[in-house]
Amino acid sequence: MPWTKIKAEVNEPDYGHAGEGEGRRLDYAAAIHEALDQALSLDPRVFVMGQGVDDPAGMFGSTRDLHLKHGRERVFDTPLAETALTGVAAGAAMGGLRPVYFHNRPDFLFLAMDQLVNHAAKWSYMFAGAVKVPLVLWACIGRGWGSAAQHSQALQGLFFHVPGLKLVMPSTAFDAKGLLMAAIAEDNPVLIIEHRMNFRQKGLVPERAYTVPLGKGALRRAGTDVTIVGVSQMATEAYLAAEELAGLGIQAEVLDPRSLRPLDEDLILSSLAKTGRLVVADSAWKTGGVSAEIAALAAEKGLDLLKAPVRRVCCPDLPTPAGYTLEQAYYPGAAQIVATVRELLRP
Amino acid sequence: MSISSARLVDLYRQMLRIRRLQERIESEYHLDEMKTPVHLCIGQEAVAVGVCAALRSDDYIMSNHRGHGHYLAKGGDLPSLVAELFCRSTGCSQGRGGSMHLVDTRVGHLGSSSIVGGGIPLGTGLGLACRMQGLDRVSAIFFGDGAADEGVLYESLNLAMLKKLPVIYVLENNQYSVCSPVGARHSGGSVFHGVEPDRLLSAKVDGNQVEEVLAAAERAVARARAGEGPSFIECLTYRMRGHAGAGSDAHLGYRPEGEIACWEQRDPVTGLAERLLTAGHLDHAALAAMDQAIAEELDQAFIFAKASPLPGAEELGLHLFSE
Ligand SMILES: Cc1ncc(C[n+]2csc(CCOP(=O)(O)OP(=O)(O)O)c2C)c(N)n1
Ligand SMILES: [Mg+2]
Repeated sequence: MPWTKIKAEVNEPDYGHAGEGEGRRLDYAAAIHEALDQALSLDPRVFVMGQGVDDPAGMFGSTRDLHLKHGRERVFDTPLAETALTGVAAGAAMGGLRPVYFHNRPDFLFLAMDQLVNHAAKWSYMFAGAVKVPLVLWACIGRGWGSAAQHSQALQGLFFHVPGLKLVMPSTAFDAKGLLMAAIAEDNPVLIIEHRMNFRQKGLVPERAYTVPLGKGALRRAGTDVTIVGVSQMATEAYLAAEELAGLGIQAEVLDPRSLRPLDEDLILSSLAKTGRLVVADSAWKTGGVSAEIAALAAEKGLDLLKAPVRRVCCPDLPTPAGYTLEQAYYPGAAQIVATVRELLRP
Repeated sequence: MSISSARLVDLYRQMLRIRRLQERIESEYHLDEMKTPVHLCIGQEAVAVGVCAALRSDDYIMSNHRGHGHYLAKGGDLPSLVAELFCRSTGCSQGRGGSMHLVDTRVGHLGSSSIVGGGIPLGTGLGLACRMQGLDRVSAIFFGDGAADEGVLYESLNLAMLKKLPVIYVLENNQYSVCSPVGARHSGGSVFHGVEPDRLLSAKVDGNQVEEVLAAAERAVARARAGEGPSFIECLTYRMRGHAGAGSDAHLGYRPEGEIACWEQRDPVTGLAERLLTAGHLDHAALAAMDQAIAEELDQAFIFAKASPLPGAEELGLHLFSE
């Protein structure tokens, strides 16, 4: 399916948001849009910048027409100059504003690395907290339709490595809104990595302005036999896998960390205490990435809880191929999670 | 400007061939068999053809996401391009690149980046390699007005001027980056037009007139081969179709009323056909025969592509490293 044609056409799994049943069903993009709209209305320091934020596509709908409501001063298109503009955004944050800088794809963040990692993420520490950098960067992982090696990279592992940078990866419309509002309210640089596949979903979202705290993961499904930690879109896949596993008599517990830095270690460890088995599913490369870090957490702080080795479901350590037959072989999903859990539980 | 009639006819044939390929892609795109995001170059054919006509087969080009024209103009193999659009094993990148990642090393096309501006330093490095190995080759880099926003252009040009590298920077100013007009991103014309000519030969040409592009490119190539340094050629042109995919995007409303129609009047392909007819270099029968030959060549390429095997899972891990 062409990139532009991804529509919100499925309801996200019914996780039974405790106490959040008040929401209307919104497209994933509409939830992000509402967060931005409310943040722009509530806080005059907030502004939105990025390539195409004011164009008809409006960042997959997330920013569409915000410039009409909030003005072109506060919602503006930029030159293609990710390196400088990341620094410009960080500088504006130091100067008292709250920029939200949209990038179409994480792939383009490589150009932003110097200003983000060498500067924004270190400024608080280097100057003993003298200067705040309340900067939000947003990028959306692409997938499919021959997105290929330079338009589909899931780079959470690289950014997870960076101290001083908070890292957020939502998988539901409710969280996409609440985490974005929390990120905007945060006094430190926050990177939100979205996943294009999330935009196929609709979820229940309250109309009011609310935040989902960074560092608090979500229990998506309770179970006793195995813990599956799914990152971003893989949280949805993990839930689908768990439903299938239930039919096979296996009760999987599904966790969605929602933010990686800070990471809700307690949620993962207390689940492990219950199940004794861990599968980590990530949409990114395996080596040195998020799944490795979560596995290391289990090894360092939960070894005595483990009844079996940790298993990981990730993309192979390869650039993404364009061809669809190769894409099929490249991307893991619910089926791979099911197979991995079954193997893990094989007596 | 003295281009022989035979040469002009050949330039026309090349432009027409690029145009017809884009149109063929457009007509089949809805069938969903080319599962790759195509960026068509309808309206920009004269830039690719004019520049490449000034190059030798062993000169280098560096292309970008909108690269079908660059590839063909440099002499890239047509069936391998089409097979790549269908993500087949016989594609120039064996189905792992898609439309944005074409390559044909036989003719100095060493690949293309879909990171905007990504090819600019690489093409500069190719120029450095030519210089350091004592080769009289040149490197021509195609990039858009969007890429001209990126800092790597400044950094690369500075090095090329410093070392007098044989590099030709070809700015294809089609006036948009996706839906963003150049005026929303640039404070004025390119700063590189203001550089002293002995450091950087700069030219602004009508990118829809292949004769003009060729003349500027020939000056740049001669300068580069003589070791006199880099050139910067801005070709003013227009993207007639949507940023990506098939068909017009006029309905999106980001282009001023009448702009597309105005540029249709300046179509580089039909405009040249008219000039050739008027000058008597070609007649209608010859034009039709040329079109027919191109159609047959395209038929063959599409048949070849569709009959080619799709890469299997066992090929996934190949080529991560060069063996
Ligand atoms: C570094 C980077 N930023 C953003 C993008 C997204 N993008 C892809 S093509 C494109 C437009 C580029 O415009 P231009 O350089 O003028 O080339 P054109 O598409 O007009 O040929 C953009 C913004 C990208 N691929 N790479
Ligand atoms: Mg352009």
